[in-house]
Amino acid sequence: MAWLANFVVNVLPYITFIVFVVGVIYRIAVWWSRPSPAPIPVFPGQRTVGSAISRVLADVIIFRSLWQFPGNRILWLGAWVFHVSFLLILLRHLRYFLGEEAVPGWVAAVQSLGIAAALVISVPLLYLLIRRIVHADLKFISTPADYFVLLLILSVVLSGLYAKYFSTPFVVDVKYVMRSLMALKPVDLSTVTLNTAFLVHFFLVQVLVMYIPFSKVMHLGGIFFSPTRTHHFGGEAHTKKLEEA
Amino acid sequence: MGEQLEKIYDVELRPGAGEAYVCNLTKPEFAEAMKTNIPKEPLPDDQMVEVALKRLDELRKERKSIQLYLDICVRCGACMKQCHYFIGTGDPKNTPVGRAELLRKVYRAHFTISGKLFGKLVGAEKLTPEILKNEWYKYFYQCSECRRCSVFCPYGIDQAEITMAGREVLNSVGLATKYITQVISQVYKHGNNLGIPEPAFKYNCQFLEEEIKESTGVDVKIPVDKEKAEILYLPPSADLFTNTDTMIGVAKVFHAVGADWTMSTYASEAANFGLFFSYDDLKAINLRVVETAKKLGAKLVVFGECGHAWRAARQFMEAMNGPLPFKFMNILEYTAEQIRKGKLKIDKSRNDDVVVTLHDPCNYARAGDLVEETRFVIKSVCNNFVEMDESVTKVKTFCCGGGGGLLTEEIMELRMKGGLPRATAVKEVVEAHGVNYLAAPCAIDKAQLPLVMQHYEIPVQVGGIHDLVSKALILEGQEEFEAKKKAEEEAARAAAAAVPAVCGLCDAEFATMDECCEHAEKDHKISKEQCDMVCEAKEGAAAEAVPAVCGLCDAEFATMDECCEHAEKDHKISKEQCDMVCESKK
Repeated sequence: MAWLANFVVNVLPYITFIVFVVGVIYRIAVWWSRPSPAPIPVFPGQRTVGSAISRVLADVIIFRSLWQFPGNRILWLGAWVFHVSFLLILLRHLRYFLGEEAVPGWVAAVQSLGIAAALVISVPLLYLLIRRIVHADLKFISTPADYFVLLLILSVVLSGLYAKYFSTPFVVDVKYVMRSLMALKPVDLSTVTLNTAFLVHFFLVQVLVMYIPFSKVMHLGGIFFSPTRTHHFGGEAHTKKLEEA
Repeated sequence: MGEQLEKIYDVELRPGAGEAYVCNLTKPEFAEAMKTNIPKEPLPDDQMVEVALKRLDELRKERKSIQLYLDICVRCGACMKQCHYFIGTGDPKNTPVGRAELLRKVYRAHFTISGKLFGKLVGAEKLTPEILKNEWYKYFYQCSECRRCSVFCPYGIDQAEITMAGREVLNSVGLATKYITQVISQVYKHGNNLGIPEPAFKYNCQFLEEEIKESTGVDVKIPVDKEKAEILYLPPSADLFTNTDTMIGVAKVFHAVGADWTMSTYASEAANFGLFFSYDDLKAINLRVVETAKKLGAKLVVFGECGHAWRAARQFMEAMNGPLPFKFMNILEYTAEQIRKGKLKIDKSRNDDVVVTLHDPCNYARAGDLVEETRFVIKSVCNNFVEMDESVTKVKTFCCGGGGGLLTEEIMELRMKGGLPRATAVKEVVEAHGVNYLAAPCAIDKAQLPLVMQHYEIPVQVGGIHDLVSKALILEGQEEFEAKKKAEEEAARAAAAAVPAVCGLCDAEFATMDECCEHAEKDHKISKEQCDMVCEAKEGAAAEAVPAVCGLCDAEFATMDECCEHAEKDHKISKEQCDMVCESKK
């Protein structure tokens, strides 16, 4: 199975990177290039560019729109905890990429939060999964892809936790592998001690990353283009002052 | 949120319930009249799919909103219970996400890599004529384009955009509704949705002028087709027929501020059903307005109380037919401005008979930035204003159930179901605050909401905001007229009061009504306000006290008795037969 390990560590990451970057850029370029024949903001609060920006940010950071309906607030909580945990986990993983020896201070600072997030994230993930099965109306609108992405992330989380707590690889080697990949230097696997748990986790992460450009996970980029939020209505002909007769 | 409102969100799931509601298909003559090039009748099945896919591909390339909203939905379901048609019908396809998925599944199958590779696993399904006819045609005409879902969507996905795209694809294969195409063809023929021809339009304006004259004594002009005017006013054409009190209110406001205004028979309609049909017709209908305003040299174009008209103006007019050499406003903004400037003399107490609540038209609140001015105007002309629950007002307002080109008979049941959330909210304020007037500054509301209120047995009157303005606004010369009218009425009442009266409780007789009332208060403890329940004019006395005229010689007399005496003396007519000769003077 050495060839498989070699593929996952030395070959697949570059494929993953190219698929992700090209895919994401392509998707965003498509949205970017599509024209908007008319401004279609959903009021209120978007009379200016500034208010449109703050509205988008409120949706990105605190999921403001989702909060508005009391019946959606459990979903809000589940979704928000999930996304924030995901972000913290991502930031924590930067320790395997940044810094020659010691990691930058801010990455070190986020370490314990990232660990906590990894322990927590399964809860909102399971909630997001179960609600699709339990609620008949949600079940009706769910596609197989909706379950797939949740299960994929869950498997990434669980394999990561397993690698962290039950079958720990030599983390110095993990960082060495990542730094080598970044430097485009192939790694001789016989010189490092990586274990199966790490390889499985690393593989699943790459599947997830490659999947992003083809999936609804792109909502992450799309929200910045949403016309009802990003458009503002200056309305020159509406707002101009008339000379008093 | 009140208990009753909370309950509407307990929706019982009934998949397929929406399939029962189908709008009638267009007729060739209406389809032909559209500016959008559409087939006169549905294409044969073997051509449908190809044409539809071509149009869908064009649309996603023409509009960012469509491409993006096809791509980024995560199906979280936050929008489902925000849709009045889902609340009413329980059909999960009748939700913003359910409806959009009808289009998305086709988009994925034909235009995305994952859809082509994995098909049903990623929710992709190839287009068939059945999908077009049985799913799209039904469900895209069960969306009122109210955009409430967009408020609650974490990404602001706007189902109205998806619905508009779906309808444009349907148009391309000849699946358009009769109602919408008929209305639009009337605009091209007569200038307005109702198809009122020019002479009738003008006649109605004269009729309304007379109405105003009768009630206020003031000569208020409702000008039509003036050659030059500062202001072009666009009413929803229903205001000239059914919602005339709104039109009267608007005319009075223009009169009171001395505006140089006119309406036009070429563009005699604020509404724009192109919004429910296609961008091409939206633009063409709007162009009539822009051309008319330019020709008039108008500095200001004012749109009447109509929800989607305001969206068509506010969000599309400048983008589609600009640059505009004039300013445009909604009539509520205009009136609010005049009130702020102190140009209107208002007596709020004239609306003390009503307790008002406001239904925010969807397109005012979510597309028109018009929520404060409506309230300002109402509060300026009424003492009693009550808000409905904040979960159903302003940007979160619920549709009346008849917007988006659905105000048509054949889907009445759906319309009533869609009206449930609004009806429930109104019911709460009727029960809690005695609301008896539902202000709805939109012509579609004014047609739909009375039916909804009747359906759910809620005792409120539905009317416009300018109906209330009209009642409270006092024109120059109106008070003198009213004083005179009041004096005349007083005199008539005094004449009636001078008549001998009899007390209904004790049969005592009195020389005048006043004396009887005094007696009732003193002896029977009946207050003077309720005196009429006790004291009655002595039978026959009222008639006798009235001035009379002799039918034989036209001589006039102060009372009937005097006339009868004259008839006996001069014409030898016995008193018993006097009524054949003497008549009370009109």
